[in-house]
Amino acid sequence: MNNVFKKLFNGIWTNNPVLVLLLGFCPTLAVSTTVNNAVGMAFAATFVLVSSNIVISSIRKFVPNKMRIPVFIIVIATFVTIVDLVLYGYLPKLHKSLGVFIPLIVVNCIVLGRAEAFASKNNVFDSFLDGLGMGLGFLLTIVVLATIREVIGNGTFFGKNLFGLSYSPAIVAILPPGAFLTIGLLLGGMNFINIKNKEREKMRKKLEKESLKTQKEVK
Amino acid sequence: MLKLLIIAIDSMLISNIVLMRFLGICPYIGVSKKQETAAGMGFAVIFVMVMATLISYLLQIYVLNPLKLEYLQTIVFIFVIAALVQIVEITMKKIAPTLFDALGIYLPLITTNCTILGVAILNIQKNYNLIETIVFSLSTGIGYFIAIYLFAGIREKLDWADVPEPFKGPAIGIITAGLMSLAFFGFTGLVKM
Repeated sequence: MNNVFKKLFNGIWTNNPVLVLLLGFCPTLAVSTTVNNAVGMAFAATFVLVSSNIVISSIRKFVPNKMRIPVFIIVIATFVTIVDLVLYGYLPKLHKSLGVFIPLIVVNCIVLGRAEAFASKNNVFDSFLDGLGMGLGFLLTIVVLATIREVIGNGTFFGKNLFGLSYSPAIVAILPPGAFLTIGLLLGGMNFINIKNKEREKMRKKLEKESLKTQKEVK
Repeated sequence: MLKLLIIAIDSMLISNIVLMRFLGICPYIGVSKKQETAAGMGFAVIFVMVMATLISYLLQIYVLNPLKLEYLQTIVFIFVIAALVQIVEITMKKIAPTLFDALGIYLPLITTNCTILGVAILNIQKNYNLIETIVFSLSTGIGYFIAIYLFAGIREKLDWADVPEPFKGPAIGIITAGLMSLAFFGFTGLVKM
């Protein structure tokens, strides 16, 4: 059970696909104008990620090594087509606002990257967890980004007005430059936390050593 | 003629593929540490983009549409692009070795570059004819070149700047891209669509 959480946490924080591995920037930036779009995109990508990871890890023993990339791409493209048609049929509005970025899940480096780096080497259950963890990491990042952008740039959250009519939103946040600036600051913030954690760890070790020394001296 | 000019300016500057449409950001940040490599990547993108968009356009019009196989678009296009990059690589090695030396290492990277597939699909969605397709893909490629070359120039200078520790590396790069994108916003209104 511990292992399960570790795998999920790996995708969400330690190896967050967007903020740490720097993969899949294009959809993250493009679709995060509203939280609604962001959630739709993240679920579509997670579905593709999890199901292609499962299929790829279950066929990994039959696929010749040299043929693996084209095979992976077929598997991924199939699931992307399924998502595309399902969204078109049941959520046409979302399909329209995500636009070209649905077929582009095929070339989303997160999906192919995980297929190649993880699913082609591990068993089905672990690959499922890895896909889910990475998907959740993607979901979390894109939702945080979209929340910041929608609240600042439009004064709304999930389409609901937050600040009343007198608030005049800073439109730049929902325009393309705002996406770059916000994710740049998020990246810096994440680095800041990681650096602080490392320093704290160092300090703790140092203090432990010193206290051990004094204990010995006292003895 | 005027329409072609509008398409060219629009896809080069106003809706620049990287800074406004957010396609191809991974190589944009990955291969932009030096101006030389950025230029190489830019040329490779222009070259492959024109060919890939043209071939996928012809396939869509003459194969997928008559056979009513539009739902296979994604799979077919990604395969065409992957195969095309391989073919370009092999022929370039035989016919133009000097060009291959300059662009060779960037070609495999392009297969996973979402700009190529993105432009091929956008082109179909916009219902362009053959000439418009060529102009659209060429000027989009040039737009990519402009964006990545300028960005690499700024990043070379950034190496000497005193950047706060957490922002070193990609973080400051992305913020720079944001400022560039803001600057490119000045082109909006240059052409009325």
